[in-house]
Amino acid sequence: MSDFLSLFTTDFILYALAAGLSLALVAGPLGSFIVWRRMAYFGDTLAHSALLGIAIGLLTGANPQFSIILSCLFFAFILTVLDRSPTVSTDTLLGILAHSSLALGIVVLALSDSIRVNLEAYLFGALLTISASDLAWIIAVTIGVGGILFKFWNEFVAITVHADIAEVEGSQVDRLNILLVLLIALTIAVSMKIVGVLLITSLLVVPAAAARLLATTPEQMAIRASVIGCVAVVFGLIAAFVADVPVGPSIVVCATLLFLALTLLRAGKA
Amino acid sequence: MATGAVSTVEETIGSQQPLLSAVDIGKVFDDRVVLERVSFSIQAGQIVTLIGPNGAGKTTLVRIALGLLDADSGTITRREGLRLGYMPQSLHVEPTLPLTVQRFLALALRGAKGSAGGHEIEETLASLHVPHLVHAQLNSLSGGELQRVLLARALLRKPHLLVLDEPAQGVDIAGQAELYSLIDSIAETQGCGVLMISHDLHLVMSSTDEVICLNHHVCCHGKPETVSNDPAYLSLFGAGVTDSLAVYTHHHTHEHDIHGNVIGEDECNHQ
Repeated sequence: MSDFLSLFTTDFILYALAAGLSLALVAGPLGSFIVWRRMAYFGDTLAHSALLGIAIGLLTGANPQFSIILSCLFFAFILTVLDRSPTVSTDTLLGILAHSSLALGIVVLALSDSIRVNLEAYLFGALLTISASDLAWIIAVTIGVGGILFKFWNEFVAITVHADIAEVEGSQVDRLNILLVLLIALTIAVSMKIVGVLLITSLLVVPAAAARLLATTPEQMAIRASVIGCVAVVFGLIAAFVADVPVGPSIVVCATLLFLALTLLRAGKA
Repeated sequence: MATGAVSTVEETIGSQQPLLSAVDIGKVFDDRVVLERVSFSIQAGQIVTLIGPNGAGKTTLVRIALGLLDADSGTITRREGLRLGYMPQSLHVEPTLPLTVQRFLALALRGAKGSAGGHEIEETLASLHVPHLVHAQLNSLSGGELQRVLLARALLRKPHLLVLDEPAQGVDIAGQAELYSLIDSIAETQGCGVLMISHDLHLVMSSTDEVICLNHHVCCHGKPETVSNDPAYLSLFGAGVTDSLAVYTHHHTHEHDIHGNVIGEDECNHQ
């Protein structure tokens, strides 16, 4: 038992815990918007495109964190622009971009013989290999994203409930939409190392979906989603050690179990 | 004609200028002319109703007036500092978004200073006869309740001009008449102008100062009694409609001058 507790005094565990918790905190409110605005697939597309960013970053020798952020912002921009064209429906567009960017990322990585990459780490996360500088990125971005969300909270809720009313009342709807997309892109970009390209959206969406069952206002849902996310991170980490399984998937499984438990409790009451 | 008693300086300035005026508005969607040289204006205290068949461009015109859409030609002039209240046709709230009536209405007061919000919300709901809805979930409301809550959201901004897109959508017949008379009394007590779209000809005619009959262009306009006998109106809606209309002249408790401002404050209680 003392061995187990001493784990939590080790640097890499503390880094992992801090990174996971700070992501879970912003994932609550941000994930709630993704759920309310039906943007889950949008988030997935951005996450998949991040792999292309990694490939390009490795090829050009740029800072990988930086190139991931750039590629996420770039794809967020492309999606927002293309979404206004009426020729392709949004889900088709997302379907094309999500998988083509993922495929292209893997192809580019495979072609560059000189670079050896652990693909699995990017696809499923490598929370335990997080460095001090990774952690600094994650904390800086989550503080920034959280601060902007807090400042514009009422505006974001208003444009989500009814954009036209909000605009008549004076909201800058287009700008706020773009800002929200950028916040999602940034969060996805820095949290790739935690749960990986393939699982990142679930960390945004699952706690929010679970919190919906406990909430009567948007604020309650956002805060409770943060709490549920944090619980999932802590138990996911512990479970990963106890059962010796990968951390990212373990966190996502924990979040999903919480969602199922809440759903069953709720169904039992009704 | 500006001889009426005007109570504040603001109104003196305002009385010279309509709340909103549209001149020669034109709009084309994909080679389809939706609006062609449409002009109208609204004075303070005036209720203007847009009627017309489906696809006549009513909603497009209202969206242009609100600034949600740009016109291809013509100009919209809003009185300086004009506050708009907008009530859309309906509201769909995602079931994943938990939202009480109170929280929804509080959104109208975002950016406003002070914490008098809760009080104002309860007062507005009470004035619309639905004070009990304050803690209800928006998704659980009936059609009539939702329309009242939407109206409350528009009123909380203390608008100079209230814009309503088919306010009685999804409301039963008895509720419709009640809603329109509520709008009528709000316009009077708050002194705001009202621009509304309506299909409920028989109900609208009774509480309207000016009717604009729209079918891409203004077919005819004027007082309800005049419009309902206009050949253009009759050809659009058929003579049978007029017979079924119970046009009643509504009982103002006061008179309006030509600009729609209330004349003779002291005489406000007659009739």
